[in-house]
Amino acid sequence: MHIPDGYLGPYTYGGLWAAIVPIWIFASKRVQKVLKASQIPLLALSAAFSFVIMMFNVPIPGGTTGHATGVVLISILIGPWAAVLAVSIALIIQALIFGDGGITAIGANCFNMAFAEALVGYLIYKLVAGKSGITSKRRIIGAGAGAYIGINLAAFLTAFELGIQTILHSGTDGRPMYSPFPLTITIPAIMIEHVLLFGVLEAVITILVLIYLRKSHPELIK
Amino acid sequence: MKGSRLKKLWIGIGLLILLSPLGLILPKVFKAGSAWGEWSAEEIEKIVGYIPKGIKKFSDIWKSPIPDYSFSEWDSGIKSYIGYIISGIIGVLLVVGVSILIGKILARKNGNT
Repeated sequence: MHIPDGYLGPYTYGGLWAAIVPIWIFASKRVQKVLKASQIPLLALSAAFSFVIMMFNVPIPGGTTGHATGVVLISILIGPWAAVLAVSIALIIQALIFGDGGITAIGANCFNMAFAEALVGYLIYKLVAGKSGITSKRRIIGAGAGAYIGINLAAFLTAFELGIQTILHSGTDGRPMYSPFPLTITIPAIMIEHVLLFGVLEAVITILVLIYLRKSHPELIK
Repeated sequence: MKGSRLKKLWIGIGLLILLSPLGLILPKVFKAGSAWGEWSAEEIEKIVGYIPKGIKKFSDIWKSPIPDYSFSEWDSGIKSYIGYIISGIIGVLLVVGVSILIGKILARKNGNT
């Protein structure tokens, strides 16, 4: 889901940069109001977890690979706006240092995985969990559902952004300039693997870590 | 939330870094390639028969110091796994450093301690 440089044309990557900057500013203001110095290690731990979990490429035999993101788990632990910042930091380091995701596409990748996934995943978690106590099953179901839908939303946005390039741009020779596959290919290709495999993986990891933390660090799950 | 209470979880991050070469080994064992839509210019030429102009122009716009979490001389076997672990350590240190810096700036502004 890390879109490389050259796959998105300037309207798309420029538009998503223009979207993500005010989101980062808003998230910083929200976090600034509530962040205590003693919570900084948890913020750093969350960003580190997101970075490292994305190194675990999971194969589809004979096909492509994908990975979990930990994004919705992080928003449950530190709140969705702090998660936007933590995951953006991980994604930016991945792009700058390791070439994982493009520089031009930082706006797109952060919009998809750090913002949309964190916010929508968290909202679903909250809707399902309601006011239930921390030992409640509803919390676990909500976390799993939020993680599953969150990563699938990020996957869909990625597929959509890639797929519209053939509509937005073609060269003088009529060939696509950027990502060369239409929506009718990008959406099924990316969604089937996330709906069937990577979304399930994300939900399972989120649930297992949450169950572990509920026992070992209940103070983290308010 | 005291930092020391998180010690176990930091050890968990360390274990994940040590296990991270699984993210190279499993795709190899199951003959899986890049993530969908994350192909290099050469790979995309193999798939569609040409390199779209924008991909040709932009794909090398940024020279990352450690491309694909791999050091150029250590591109296969055990060395690639060690390179992946070192990349994981460097990446986590950078991510943690930047997070602490941003966290400190934000926490200082509100005066909460």
